[in-house]
Amino acid sequence: MPENTAPDGATSIGAPHIEFRDVVKRFGDNTVLNDLNFTVAKGERVTLIGPSGSGKTTILRLVMTLEELTGGYIHVGGAPLQYEDQGGKRVRVSDKTRRRTTTQIGMVFQHFNLFPNMTVLENITEAPIHVMGLSKAEAISKAEGLLEKVGMSDKRDFNPSQLSGGQQQRVAIARALAMDPEILLLDEVTSALDPELVGEVLAVLKDIAAETDISMLIVTHEMQFARDVSDRVMMFDQGSIVEEGSPEKIFSDPGHQRTRDFLHAVL
Amino acid sequence: MNESWWSWDHAAAVLPMLLEGFFKYTLVATVLGTLIAVVLGLIVAMTRRVAPGFISTPVTWVVEFIRMTPLVVQLVFANLVLSPYIDSTLAIGIWVLGIHYTTYMAEVYRAGIDSVPKGQWEAATALSLPLLRTWRAVVIPQAIRSTLPALGNYAISMFKETPFLVVIYIPEMVRVAQTYGGDTFRYTESITLAGLIFLVASYPTSVLIRRLEKRLA
Ligand SMILES: Nc1ncnc2c1ncn2[C@@H]1O[C@H](COP(=O)(O)OP(=O)(O)OP(=O)(O)O)[C@@H](O)[C@H]1O
Ligand SMILES: [Mg+2]
Repeated sequence: MPENTAPDGATSIGAPHIEFRDVVKRFGDNTVLNDLNFTVAKGERVTLIGPSGSGKTTILRLVMTLEELTGGYIHVGGAPLQYEDQGGKRVRVSDKTRRRTTTQIGMVFQHFNLFPNMTVLENITEAPIHVMGLSKAEAISKAEGLLEKVGMSDKRDFNPSQLSGGQQQRVAIARALAMDPEILLLDEVTSALDPELVGEVLAVLKDIAAETDISMLIVTHEMQFARDVSDRVMMFDQGSIVEEGSPEKIFSDPGHQRTRDFLHAVL
Repeated sequence: MNESWWSWDHAAAVLPMLLEGFFKYTLVATVLGTLIAVVLGLIVAMTRRVAPGFISTPVTWVVEFIRMTPLVVQLVFANLVLSPYIDSTLAIGIWVLGIHYTTYMAEVYRAGIDSVPKGQWEAATALSLPLLRTWRAVVIPQAIRSTLPALGNYAISMFKETPFLVVIYIPEMVRVAQTYGGDTFRYTESITLAGLIFLVASYPTSVLIRRLEKRLA
């Protein structure tokens, strides 16, 4: 359970924003997550750390419905995401219902994944127009506000290929925010960037963390960033939580040898 | 009669007939056949990708069957079966050409669709875009880009196969040339001119395609 409260004072009272209940994920006969349980409170920022292959990306992809659950349940805002328990029977949630839940969830990818056939502006307006049903004018004015926020206003009519990695990632962040997500998933969003471009992206994310109460699940190797924005850090190994706690606790005084070894290796 | 190997009189006499055959049949068949292949090819490729097995497997069989049999046989067979119901042999010919090339275009589209990175689909899911919108706005525009050159090449190759329409008695250009030759015992002019007309039409097209290919590369 989270020890910290969200920055705006919202507490974890009430249904958790994200809840993993006995989650199992297998790829073939490789069991990546085995009976995983944890919750994220509304407005909470949780950073996942752990060695390569420990299942961090898989957790985020399950929440985004990019991977199918093998067993157990994930609830978002109290609603079943992929499967629901109907009197002991595990029933698949329809794609349409899934999409109603996923519209509240945004994700930023390691490799940006902007649409190369659209301009910067079109990348950002696509979902607001075709998912939220905004008019073109509304979507454009919203996108312009977001481009301003991520410092990309002068690039609105560029193609993604004309931008640096850092710029593409800032556009991708604006694209995710355009859907007014209540949950933001960030999977190593700076690890594909040249070192000198990492700062501009992290600065944008810190602003967003400070100005909004979006719940965040973050995977990052930027430990300073994790310290700055997270309420809680969870250390994973082989698909299980080794330990969790405030960033101060985990980074300065970890309770487990595996955490110490891991931090020693990355810092 | 001029007994030299080339007679300008014959050339002048046959040229208008050849051009008529060209515009009324060869060109019409190529353009409409290409249109059919371009549209149906995309539908077949999408069906094979998204439809459940009991639909996509038979579609795959039909596609393979068409690819494994010669165009000429398909023309004769379709004409035999359909002519009691369809008056226009040209329409039958165009549909056979179009469907024959549909099977090739479907392969081209399939490769194009496969070339769209997984991350694009995932970004669309992350934005909760509906499936149809994902196809229309994200996948197809990116897939088409890489298929344009192949599309052009198949259009040219269909163009060059239109003389096969002769087997169902469509008076396309080459048949006109042969008929003229048969009637006058002068084949040189008519066949040479027919060849030249093919060349004049397909050469600029292929140059255009090569340019397009370079631009897209
Ligand atoms: N699509 C897939 N098919 C098969 N195995 C997969 C797939 N995706 C992940 N895995 C496996 O699941 C395990 C966890 O992978 P995951 O990507 O979640 O780890 P991670 O903690 O994000 O690692 P990293 O720090 O390297 O990104 C790994 O053993 C990986 O090989
Ligand atoms: Mg990962």
